[in-house]
Amino acid sequence: MEKKLYTLIVHSENIAGLLNQITAVFTRRQINIESINASASSIKGVHRYTITAWSDEDTIIKVTKQIEKKIDVLQAHYYVDGEIFMQEVALFKVSTPILLDNPLISKTIRRYGARIMEANAVYAVVEKSGVTDEISALRAELDAFNCVLQYVSSGRIAVTRDTAEHVNEYLEKINHK
Amino acid sequence: MITGSEALMQALIHEGVDTVFGYPGGSIMPVFDAMFDHQNDFKQVLVRHEQGAAHAAQGYARSSGKVGVCIVTSGPGATNTITGVADAMLDSTPVVVIAGQVAAGFLGTDAFQEVDLVGVTQPITKWSYQIRRPEDIAWAVARAFHIAGTGRPGPVVLDFAKNAQVGMVDFKPTAISVDRGYIAVPETDPKSVAEAAALINAAQRPLLLSGQGVELGDATEELRTFVEKADIPVGCTLLGLSTLPHGHRLRKGMLGMHGNLGPNTKTNECDLLIAVGMRFDDRVTGRLDAYAKQAKVIHLDIDPAEINKNVHADVAVLGDCKHTLALLTEAIEEAKHTEWIDSFAPYEEKEWNEVINQAIHPEEGPLRMGEVARAVSEASGNKAILVTDVGQNQMMSARYFQYTQKRSIITSGGLGTMGFGIPAAIGATFGAPDRTVCLFMGDGGIQMSIQEFGTIMETGAPVKMILLNNNYLGNVRQWQELFFGKRYSFTPMVNPDYMKIAEAYRIPAQTVTERANLADAINTMLTTDGPYLLEVAIMQGENVMPMTPPGGAVNVMMMNATDC
Repeated sequence: MEKKLYTLIVHSENIAGLLNQITAVFTRRQINIESINASASSIKGVHRYTITAWSDEDTIIKVTKQIEKKIDVLQAHYYVDGEIFMQEVALFKVSTPILLDNPLISKTIRRYGARIMEANAVYAVVEKSGVTDEISALRAELDAFNCVLQYVSSGRIAVTRDTAEHVNEYLEKINHK
Repeated sequence: MITGSEALMQALIHEGVDTVFGYPGGSIMPVFDAMFDHQNDFKQVLVRHEQGAAHAAQGYARSSGKVGVCIVTSGPGATNTITGVADAMLDSTPVVVIAGQVAAGFLGTDAFQEVDLVGVTQPITKWSYQIRRPEDIAWAVARAFHIAGTGRPGPVVLDFAKNAQVGMVDFKPTAISVDRGYIAVPETDPKSVAEAAALINAAQRPLLLSGQGVELGDATEELRTFVEKADIPVGCTLLGLSTLPHGHRLRKGMLGMHGNLGPNTKTNECDLLIAVGMRFDDRVTGRLDAYAKQAKVIHLDIDPAEINKNVHADVAVLGDCKHTLALLTEAIEEAKHTEWIDSFAPYEEKEWNEVINQAIHPEEGPLRMGEVARAVSEASGNKAILVTDVGQNQMMSARYFQYTQKRSIITSGGLGTMGFGIPAAIGATFGAPDRTVCLFMGDGGIQMSIQEFGTIMETGAPVKMILLNNNYLGNVRQWQELFFGKRYSFTPMVNPDYMKIAEAYRIPAQTVTERANLADAINTMLTTDGPYLLEVAIMQGENVMPMTPPGGAVNVMMMNATDC
């Protein structure tokens, strides 16, 4: 089956140890997690994980069900890129002397819509938010200038394009019981 | 205000616990101290090893349908239960393991007998929770029993920090009503029932696979009514062997690697496969790409994660099978599949002629496993609970026992745990005190839990133990003969004198070596009050047949070793 990058959105109670159990489902099936983000959700007391992984659909369905089966996981759903709005953020720490020496660097930074957060005599910090491809492209270009001291990027975060809010509906239904 | 340990007692009594299997130790002493005051409230069974406590709780749960409970100390006490926990997870057995833990202030410091039990058990439990404050006891115990015993049952571990055992609390028993983090029973989609009914009505050659879920869902009556109305032959999984009684005209035997020829062959000839409360384990299916490819599949299960896990379901009917089977019975038309059902007969005849007859009615040579199992079953009026250890003793007794009542087989199916038998059988005598409990084991498995003879001696648990002794680890020996060029590595075994061991534990016992003495010996075992050990010297080198070789197709079964 064809492998794609899937994004899982998991809602759970905010309980220590759950992240472990969620990642263990991937580990058991030898699936690498590409990125993972844990944060609060729009619902009080409910935590939200955004996880990306390369997989075929058959496997990702099984992974999603196994995650949803865990006690204190409220819901788990999987998406392909067309079904979500997604964003990542990357920080580049670059050398100020090289930056000043080569005007193409700041031109590149502007072309990508990246932002300089801080600049001093030794280094500058560049922030770029966008999708994976844009961030990788900027990284490749900056690498070519040999100016990058540090690089870090966040996991993907995503919200669904769907108009239905599954978790809210689920909780409403439970509360009515 | 009461102590956390006393709160645990109150919570257990509130949950209706009548038996606890345990072994004390440092980090759980306040709980055992509290138990001292409750000896009249529930039975307290001291096992000889914590693994035995876990298996005994499993045996109790599987014979009674209630949640089994064991209480152990931290560290090694807790890790010793882990085989039982993993076993309960794979076989969906409701068990609550309560383990001591160092005081919360010492957590993470490598304190004496500290183990990260929640971390260790998370992958093999339905739920693991650490109780760090006495205020959490009421809720945690209530939720533990709720999670263990409802939906698809499973093991729960409560890691009970010592400070919470001794801290004071104002205890009020709690019940779990709504739990948004745990949906025990998924909703049944009426559309799925209608689609399943349409497939059943259209089927010419339907076959139903009945699993332990039917017993867990207390749906044996619903199953019988359903298959009788639709006239569907039934194959049972190992754990589902007593879901439809022997002698029922639609019961076509056991599925899987050492199952019966009929249902295995017919799996690849049916036009509709209806799986109820079973999970298409590889020991049932053999090679998946050669499994029932010609058939439409309907899968009834309470666990959504089982749907399409191994075998694609054309229609999935989620829910409690007691409910969904009744809905399906309503929705289907009465049918007759006489020709299809009759078509099992030649396979039954072939298996009888080539395997079964020699196995249960040999006329000469050493005693054989199958004849012992059948003789014990019949001597018990086919009413005993069969508990097995793991290996040839398990397959042979499962095949040749006959089941006329529900909850009549207790065996380690998923994990295949040697040493399961003795403690599980002890637990079964507590879970079903009115029934005869017959345990079959080999000379390998007995030695993995032989210390539980002490528990039998102390409690008088009336376990009827049949030791099939061939001085071999027989199942591995069989595989070595068939698939490893007869290189018998690590399988011949020098055994102790089991009669002397039984005598030391004051368990009545005898050894049978001659066919002529078997019936009398079985009769003596069954009529002796309390426990009994019957050692039977059986043929060396006997193989369990028929057999689907590992990785083979379900319908291609070896009938004897030369088929290899």
